[in-house]
Amino acid sequence: MPFLDIKSVDYAYNSGDDEYIQALRSVSLSIERGEFVALVGCNGSGKSTLARLCNGLILPDRGYVTVDGMSTSDKKSLYDIRKRIGVVFQNPDNQMVTSIVEDDVAFGPENLGLPPDEIRARVDWALNCVDMSAYAKSGPLRLSGGQKQRVAIAGVLALKPQMMILDEATGMLDPDGRAEVMRVVEKLNREENMAVLMITHFMEEAARADRIIILDHGRVVADGDKKLFETPDVFTRAGLDLPISVRLAQKLRARGLDVGCPIDIDSFVSSALSALEVQRGEVKSDEEKNSNGGGEV
Amino acid sequence: MRDMTFGQYYPAKSIVHRADPRFKLIILLLYIVMTMFCESFVSFGLLSFFVIITVILSRVPPLKVLKSLRLVLVIVLITTVLMMVFYTEEGEAALAEWGIFHIYLGGIYASVKLAWRLMLLVTMPTLLTLTSTPTELCDGLESLMSPLKKLRFPVHELALIMSIALRLIPTLVEETDKITSAQKARGAAFESRNPFKKIKAMIPVLIPLFVSSFRRADELADAMDSRCYRGANGRTRMKSLKFHFGDVVALLIWCVIFVAILFLKYNWLGWAFITAVGL
Repeated sequence: MPFLDIKSVDYAYNSGDDEYIQALRSVSLSIERGEFVALVGCNGSGKSTLARLCNGLILPDRGYVTVDGMSTSDKKSLYDIRKRIGVVFQNPDNQMVTSIVEDDVAFGPENLGLPPDEIRARVDWALNCVDMSAYAKSGPLRLSGGQKQRVAIAGVLALKPQMMILDEATGMLDPDGRAEVMRVVEKLNREENMAVLMITHFMEEAARADRIIILDHGRVVADGDKKLFETPDVFTRAGLDLPISVRLAQKLRARGLDVGCPIDIDSFVSSALSALEVQRGEVKSDEEKNSNGGGEV
Repeated sequence: MRDMTFGQYYPAKSIVHRADPRFKLIILLLYIVMTMFCESFVSFGLLSFFVIITVILSRVPPLKVLKSLRLVLVIVLITTVLMMVFYTEEGEAALAEWGIFHIYLGGIYASVKLAWRLMLLVTMPTLLTLTSTPTELCDGLESLMSPLKKLRFPVHELALIMSIALRLIPTLVEETDKITSAQKARGAAFESRNPFKKIKAMIPVLIPLFVSSFRRADELADAMDSRCYRGANGRTRMKSLKFHFGDVVALLIWCVIFVAILFLKYNWLGWAFITAVGL
């Protein structure tokens, strides 16, 4: 049984004046323990709705969502579900409950009713994981966006969840902040074997996940590993950009240089260089062939 | 608007920071009552002396505490001036008069005392928020009010609401700045000299501020739900409150000051030197 199982879920929300907007249409997907999944889609594709369904903040109109075998529509298990799935939201300012970093991180474990020593240990561990131990006693005003979001991650981490959902958690950050957060998330996935569902519209970030799910107008239109980038149509049809390396590779292919489908700049450079090498080699061998041929005549 | 000192913790290692927040709250309450009983310049001086000592002990830069006075400066100025010009004393000659306004020596004393009292009333609460984290304050308040739980009074909820309010003050100030700039960019006139126009100009700032505050509240509620919040039931604390010998000593010292101020006011034993210094 998969850890997170979403089965043919429909969800519509009221946009006022009794007008309902269908945010999700028969969405089915499942995520296993330890997976690193990116969920991409343009604005209004239903990404955030999906995140809120996963830990029971909203309930599906049709279909069901189960976490570790527990259904989100069962009110009694919501608490246990939220212990297992942590959600980091977009705006770091709207997730902090108190004005001191370590007190805020302690909020989750305090809700679990743990003994004070255990809470202390978890707070220290969580802050260390996101590299924010030095700021344990400071207030949010003194922190940068990336640092605040790392504190928000620590706040979720202190609950020791088995899966973390990042709902456009890097959306309001500058490139440095985004890189900081990505580094932390990748480390948690690798070292703590935490499943990650990263909702984003930065394709460079999505390309770092093991699995990519594309959402378009409330439907899952693609679900696969990095090979998805070899069929760029699925992205452009969903209104998404491609990573810059993939776009460069496309242009080069159009000019006759095949560099494959590199998903980041480093792999683009190395495959482009080797492709050039091969091409030069071919040109050289052609020349050699020609000169050899000339000799025979 | 940027220098909002109130509600901002200043981290430092001092005995004032370390003190039990429950004792700090009790002392603050005692202190506020004391300022009401201050009558002579001697008692004002005495109280101010101990305020200064507490500030020094807290290792908070005195400038930070003084900055909080700027917030009430206007109120202090207005009340003092009004007090000064409308104070009347029977049988005394006025020092100066313009039409209905008379200035008496007693009026000057009274208004200086009023200003002093107001400033004393602001400094200590500021020092409290500078030296204790909102969590500490809320835990302290919750613990002090815990007897009310028996009457089904929502003590925990109230403490949490307070903590969140304190946490959001700086964020909302920032937001107000942002909206003000945005409305200025759209041609809103905030610089009008007319006070009525000025108040009217605040409406395009207040409405977006309210809307965004509600949205913020929704998001915060989601974040709290996601972090397993379910009220006070089964909730524990990372930092449990413990009081030390020093806290009791501090409380005793303040009690002594209180008694001294009461003596200066009522002079129960009829000591002559008190009547001599009584201004």
